[in-house]
Formats: sequence, C-alpha cells, structure tokens
Amino acid sequence: MKMDVEGATSDENMIEVSYNDLIPNNVGLNSDRALKRALERWQPKFLDWWRTMGPDGFQEAEVYLRTAVGVGKGGWAVFDYVKMPEYRWGILLAPKEEGRTIPFGKHKGEPVWEEVPGEYRALLRRLIVVQGDTEPASVEQQRYLGKTCPSLYDLRNLFQVNVEEGRHLWAMVHLLQKYFGRDGREEADALLERRSGDRDKPRLLGAFNEETPDWLSFFMFTFFTDRDGKMQLESLAQSGFDPLARTTRFMLTEEAFHMFVGESGVGRAIQRTCEVMNEAGIKNPYDVEAVRKLGVIDLPLIQRKANFHIALTRDLFGSEISTNAATYFNAGLKGRYKETRIDDDHQLKDATYPVLRHFNGEFFTEKVPALSAVNARLLDDYSRECQGGLDRWNKIIKNFDIEFTIKQPHVAFNRNVGEFANLHVSTEGGVFDEPTWTAHREEWLPKSEDLKYLHDLMKQEKKCDCFANWISPPRHGVNNMEGDFEYVKLR
Amino acid sequence: MKIDFRTSPDVYRHWSLETEGCSAKLTLSVDPTGGIFPGYELKMNSYDLGVDIELADAVQRLRFEHPEVRVVVIQSGLDRIFCAGANIKMLGGSAHGHKVNFCKFTNETRNAIEDASMHSRQRYIAAINGTAAGGGYELALATDHIILIDDGSAAVSLPEVPLLGVLPGTGGLTRLVDKRKVRRDLADVFCAAEEGIRGEKAVEWRLVDEVVRGSEFSERVRACVWELIKNASVNDARGIIFDLLDRKEIDNGLTYKYLDVVFDRTRRLAELMISGPEIDIPENTSGMHAIGANFWPLALTRELDDALLYLRFNEPELGTLVFRSEGNGEKVLAFDMFLQSQEENWLGREILNYWKRTMKRLDITSRTLLAEVLPGSCFAGFLSEILFSVDRCYMLQGELEHDSRSPGKIWLSTLNFALFPMANGLSRLETRFLGEPENFVKAQELVGKPLDAESALSAGLVTVVLDDIDWEDEIRIVKEERASYSPDALIGMEANLRFAGPETIETKIFGRLSAWQNWIFQRENAIGDDGALKLYGTGFRPKYDKERV
Repeated sequence: MKMDVEGATSDENMIEVSYNDLIPNNVGLNSDRALKRALERWQPKFLDWWRTMGPDGFQEAEVYLRTAVGVGKGGWAVFDYVKMPEYRWGILLAPKEEGRTIPFGKHKGEPVWEEVPGEYRALLRRLIVVQGDTEPASVEQQRYLGKTCPSLYDLRNLFQVNVEEGRHLWAMVHLLQKYFGRDGREEADALLERRSGDRDKPRLLGAFNEETPDWLSFFMFTFFTDRDGKMQLESLAQSGFDPLARTTRFMLTEEAFHMFVGESGVGRAIQRTCEVMNEAGIKNPYDVEAVRKLGVIDLPLIQRKANFHIALTRDLFGSEISTNAATYFNAGLKGRYKETRIDDDHQLKDATYPVLRHFNGEFFTEKVPALSAVNARLLDDYSRECQGGLDRWNKIIKNFDIEFTIKQPHVAFNRNVGEFANLHVSTEGGVFDEPTWTAHREEWLPKSEDLKYLHDLMKQEKKCDCFANWISPPRHGVNNMEGDFEYVKLR
Repeated sequence: MKIDFRTSPDVYRHWSLETEGCSAKLTLSVDPTGGIFPGYELKMNSYDLGVDIELADAVQRLRFEHPEVRVVVIQSGLDRIFCAGANIKMLGGSAHGHKVNFCKFTNETRNAIEDASMHSRQRYIAAINGTAAGGGYELALATDHIILIDDGSAAVSLPEVPLLGVLPGTGGLTRLVDKRKVRRDLADVFCAAEEGIRGEKAVEWRLVDEVVRGSEFSERVRACVWELIKNASVNDARGIIFDLLDRKEIDNGLTYKYLDVVFDRTRRLAELMISGPEIDIPENTSGMHAIGANFWPLALTRELDDALLYLRFNEPELGTLVFRSEGNGEKVLAFDMFLQSQEENWLGREILNYWKRTMKRLDITSRTLLAEVLPGSCFAGFLSEILFSVDRCYMLQGELEHDSRSPGKIWLSTLNFALFPMANGLSRLETRFLGEPENFVKAQELVGKPLDAESALSAGLVTVVLDDIDWEDEIRIVKEERASYSPDALIGMEANLRFAGPETIETKIFGRLSAWQNWIFQRENAIGDDGALKLYGTGFRPKYDKERV
C-alpha cells in the first residue's frame, strides 16, 4: 500500500498510530509482547478467512478505500487505492478521557475499569463475542454482491463497508485477546470459524444468517441492520469497561458511513423509480406492471423489502423485557442510547418504562421496571432513528408528486424474538391466526416473484460514470471525486 | 390450589411422547404461559413442577404402556435451546417447602430415568440441540448417552454458583464426578463457567459423549438409536393401559380403591389404611396382563405413590404418617409368591420395580413414619416392606377388646431380601441388621412363616410390642410427643437414621447435595431481598454476606 503516513497523530493525549508495524495500532502493541504474539498468530487466520469468505472475485482489484490512520476529530482517514487483502486492518481506540467515571448502573461514579472486573468477566466476554460475531457475518452475507454491482461507485462503497466490518472484527478480537486470556483467544478463533447461514456453524444472531441476495437487500441491510449495530455500539460506547467504550466509540466513526450507504442507496433507487414514472407519465405507484416494464423497482416492493428488514432487525434487539439487558446495565457494562444525555439517576432504581405488550388479541402498554426494559427503550430509540431516514425517502417521493408513503410496520409484525414472537400480526397491527396471516403474507413481505424480479434486475455495471437503470447516480463522489473517477480498477 | 400428579400424554402441555417401534421420542416444548403457579413465564424451555410431573408420567408410562420401547430420545422442540433448567423466577417466588419438595421430586424423576435404563433396559439418549443450562444439563446427565450439537455456540453448563448463588441440586454435582467421573478440578472450572463448555472440549472433559455438526445431528441421533436397538433384546410384549387413577378427595382425606388416607389435623397426622386384595390371584401371566392396571399389587402401588406425593405437596402440616393394613395376610403372601413366579415376565418385573421405587419414595419422605400391626392386618411379603421403611413399628400382642379378629401377624418373603434395595443399594432388612448380622441370617429362615408379635419382636422386625391394655395410651403418647418436636429436627434426625450403610450416587444426591442445597435455600445470600434468587432477572447484583460459615 502506497500510503504516505508515518506515525500519523492528531491529538496530544494519545499514543501515536504506528503504521510501521505489521499491525497498525495506537495501543502500544510493540511493548505488549503477549498481545502482539496473540494478534500475530491470529492475523494469518484472518487473512485466510478474508480470502475464502471476503468479496468473491475481487481480491486482486485495486479499490479506492479510506483507511483509518488516526483517531482525532479531523483527518482521521486517508484515501488511496489498495488491494483488499493488503488493507491495513488495525487496532484503533478513541482517545482516553482522563478521570472518566462509570456513567450508569450500580457502580455509577466509580472510576472506569481499565481491566476486566472478575465478576463480570463472563458477561463482558459474551457481549464482545456477540458484537464481534456480527462483523465478519455481514462480510460473508455480502460476498457475492460485487458480481451485480450497479456501478463502480457502489462497488467501492460495498468494499469500504466490508473492510471496515473486517476492522471492527479486529477491534473486538483485540479486546478478547488482550483482556480475556486463553478463553479470549479461543473465542477469537471461533469468530473466524462460524459462517453466515451455515447449518453446522451458524452465526450467533438470526439476521446474520439470512442471505443478502441483491443490492436492494444490501442497502436495506446497511440502513436498517447496520443501524442496529450503531445503536448497540452507542450503548457499548458508554461502558464502564473503558477499553470497550473507547473501541466502540471509534467504530462509530466508521459506522456512520455504512448508514449513509444504506440510506442513500435506497433513496437513489426511489429517486430513479420516481423519475422514470414521471417521464412515462405513471401516477399510480401500484401500477406495478407498468413500472416494472421500465426496469425500476416499484415502490410497493420497496415497502415490502423494508418490512422484511425492519422486522428482522428488531429481533436483534432481543427480548423487550430482558434479564440480560438489565444485568448488563446494572453492572455498568452496556448503557442506553446516549446515556449521558438522559436526564435521570442512571441507575433505574425505581423507574419504570412503558412497554407494549400483548394479551389475548389486545395490545396494551405496561409500565415495567425500567431496568428490565432497557432493550425496549433501545428499540424505541431505534424506531425514531429509522423514521428520520424514512421521512427523507418520503420527501423524494413527494417531490415527484407521487402518492405513496413508506411506513414502518407495526412493532409486532413478523417477529421471532421477544414479546410478539408467537403472534401473527399484520403491518398495521392486526392480530390474526396463522392461516389468515399466511394468506396475506404476500401483501406485507416480498414474494418469490418480487425476489426473482430483483434478481433479474441486478446486472453488473463496471464502466466509469455509468449506473444501472434502476438507481440514480449519487449527488457527490467519494472524497469529492468527479463522476468519471475509477473507484475500482478491475484487473 | 391442590397439586395433582395425575396426568396423561393427551393432556400434556409441555412434553410430547411419540413411540415408533422400539424407539420413543420425548420432546420438550414448554408452553411459556403454562406455569403451574402464576407469576412467572417458562421461557427457553425452563421448567417448573408442572413440566416435571409430565416427564415423570411419561417415564412411567413408557415402562408399563410401551414395554417394547428400547431407546428413548429426550430432545427439544425449540430451535437452539435444549432446556434452561428450573425456572428461576418460580424458585425465587416459591416458599422454602415448595422448593425442597420440587427438587426432591425432580431428583426422583431423574433417578427413575436411570432406573428404567438399568432395570427395564429402556436406554435414554439426550439429543442436545442448543443451550443446556443447569437443570437442562442435569436432565441430560440422567441419560445414558449425551449428544451435543457442535455449532460454535451450543454449550452445556451448570451456572448455578456464579449466576444464581445456589447449587445444581438435581443431581448435577454428584453425577458430574460420580457418574461421568469428570475430574474434580475440571468439574470445578466447569461449575464456575457461566457460559459452559462446548465442542470437543466438552467431550474431552467427559461432560458429553459426543459432539456432532448441525447438518449431521439428526442423522447421528437416529444412528445412535439404531445402535442401541440393535444390541438390545427384543421385547415384543404389548403394554397395559394406565387409566386415570381413581381418587376421591373428601373433607378429611383421600379415598382410593385399596387405600384410604385420613387426615387428622388436630394431631397433625395422616393415617394410611391399606386394603388387601379382593380379587383372586390370576391363573397365569396372561391373566395378570388381562387385569392390567387393576391387578391388586399394581393398583395399590399406584395409589400409594400418588398419596405420598399428594401428602408431600398438599398437606405439609401433617407431620406423621401412620400405616396400617387390613386383609388376608395369607392371600397377600400368595400374591407375593405369584409375583416371584413372574420374574421372567416384563410386567411382573415392572410391578416389583415400581414397588421398589415407591418404597424409596417413602424412605425419603420427610415425615415421621409409623406403622401399626393390629389384628386383621395383612403385612406380608412385599407389603411388609413398609414396616422396614418406617421409623418405628408398633405391634399389638394378642387381641383387642370388642374385636373378634385373631391377633395380627406378619410374613416375610424372599422378596424382602433381594428385590427392594434402598438408595444405599442394600435391602431394608440388611440395612436394619448391619449391627446384628445373625438376625439377618435368622430372618431368612423365617420366610413364609406367620410371625406373631413375640416372634416378630425377637427377630428384630418390629420396634415395640404392646398388649391391648397399654396400646391406646402408648400409641397416643408417641404421636403427641412426635407432634410436639421441632419438625426441622425430626426431618434431620429421621433422614440420618434411615440410611445406614454404604454411599451411592442416590444417597449422595438426597443426603448430601440436597441437604446443602436446602441449607443454601434458607440463607439470605439466596433468598434475602438482596439475595441471588430474588434478584435474578432484575439486573441487580446480589449482595453476599461474605462470611464463610
């Protein structure tokens, strides 16, 4: 990699990022022999995994990628061409805040932990393993998408997301290997052994074993599912275990781009659909046949895809009322979204939180102890965040004067985890028996002909400045590059 | 609310029992809303007493209704969850007595699984498809062969100590080191690892017998069933049917066909009157099969078993159980002889095994147990086993005034010497005579002979012999005295005196593991407002009194 960075620094209160080492880092890896040895043993296994499970067919391509080189506020990354297997995956923690105290839970106000407290060792390891397992999983899910990319710009964005998920894996593996001894090393290896969708060694969470068969799925995934990742990272960024907090805080810097890819990707598909409809004089968004003849994605299908991904992602939040979440919070390991900005005692001793529940065909709101409702609250925050994106999509549609609004389905729709796992609920919140629900399924979720249509629509576009018919070009290039910039040099 | 132990597969809420040829599947899919008490949800295949009552029923029915079954697979109907053990909210919310009784019953059920394997050659396989935590793994420990899925996350664990501040008290600790002979230091590591042990390491440590990849899991379980069937002797017998046990609950007691239980709440005791057989001995084996569950020894065993469970759970204040019998002792002995002649027949064997288990249930019932042998009583052969299970046996010498029946007698049979071992592996008579081996030898010479009070006393078979002048007063005083003592001290005393002799896995489970567990269940560290059981699930960490006691 031709990168002009020698020991890039930004803030004063941090260790320099060392780029001369085999593994770029700002954790002083050279002076920690045990950790260095562990990571150097793991590195070849990671590269093996990347070669077998990373983007299929593009390992030799030169990709215009950003690489994190510092952790300061400005100029934390550089852009250059790199072959993905040569990407400088490194270990970067946000700067240490001197005198930081645990912001919530029963240890609130005590100094943060620099080492793992013995009594929380198992809990913390579990948290880190579950978070870590999602990172390589999405790379595996997306490994064939390159073959149907709608443009080199999008292809590059896919790979950017992929290498950064890879770096997030490194971040979690660093924590496991540095703080959890031999068990941590075994878990780090296991992260490379599980495989998305594999019957024998599936990834730990359901959504990460689903396929990402087409680019609309990819955009939906990065918008909805990566946003869950963001919420989880935000909660961990508050952790009383400071290395975890600092690690996840830096990961969030990168994660923002993933949300952008999702929101703008879906937005550009919507934009293109509306444009084409306008040009052809189609006013009715439900005239699917006419819309599809023009080779774009009809809005009802976008709604059905969104329904699918939202429900699947909501499951990732775990049970709304959750013992584990309560334990994590009280222990000071995992906070709430933007914990420090919430105005309460941050201990939830007697607080309650309203949670939507269900009994005998009726939904009702029940005030439950806020400590056990930490997941429910995070899910509510998530829904609010999602709505922001949906509103922007709807604005595009409105600009074209088309009568259609993309909505979030009812929170109980199509759930497999939590309060509503065994119910059959419509997108509007109607509770049905299983046969009735199944009979209406195709109104709410993509049907097989939808998926086939999407599949057939996806054709690789690899000329500079060209875009597949179903998607609009972006407003700006990456790093402000011109439209004809060659984001990926295919060999 | 009264707890009822009578159930059948058609009304199970949590288990399903399917048989196919020589194999059976017991599938656990706990209905989260189906708890026996309100106030908790049975998530993740966690269980309460209601779930275990069904399991006990299924294990029992497999032996009597499906004698052809050679292999039983215990599996889960949920994805990636085998069983999360006893429900903690339930335990946290239960009174001490219920926790203890619940643990005792679940222990008896796991023992029944092992008993079925050893004595009925019905082998059990645990097919662990996901999380098997605490009681979930303990259930697997009771089986003959444990197969664990190897999917990178499924693990077996006993997280009670780190997570709940209690013990894996359903045989877990004992079976780990005694049955599976896991090395004690590794067992220590295992019991402190909340997340458990998975994959090859679980095999290396002998926690499971094999790990199998997800795609090969069902196939491997099938193959394993087949291997066990191949090596088993075929039993093409047809089972008998266990109808719903007929029990009437009256104001002050229970009535069954051959057993009447009378509650005496003022004196805090229950009298159990056993009736001898009305029917004649069947002519042959098929005669016995035709009578089925109504065959007197079997019917009586079912009734006694049910009554003991009923009393344990529903009548905790009746501290003394007094056993009597009424009927023709010679006829009982004839039934005993008939059962001896059926030793080669599966049903005959099952009945004797069931009586054995019921006597064990009696041994560990934490009530004062008394027996009274009066004129007209019929303690003979297997039925006289009750006399050797109780804490004291009183026998009346001669007749009672205004009672024309001839003086009571007891009869021994060879069954008393061999077929009904206690938890310690010895017969009750051998245990009784550990310090008087000559009496044990003598007793064998008395087989089949009617023994009156004096001979019974001199043979050491009864505790006290009284004549009709002393009888009423003495007996009254014994019962009143007993009712005045501390129930706790009595439980402790009785349990310690009942089980002389060697240790076995069973005695360790009931005598050591359970005792420790019951102590822990009383401590603030478990049940105080800041105790582990109370706080589990709230997110708050328990506060422990750090003093070692």
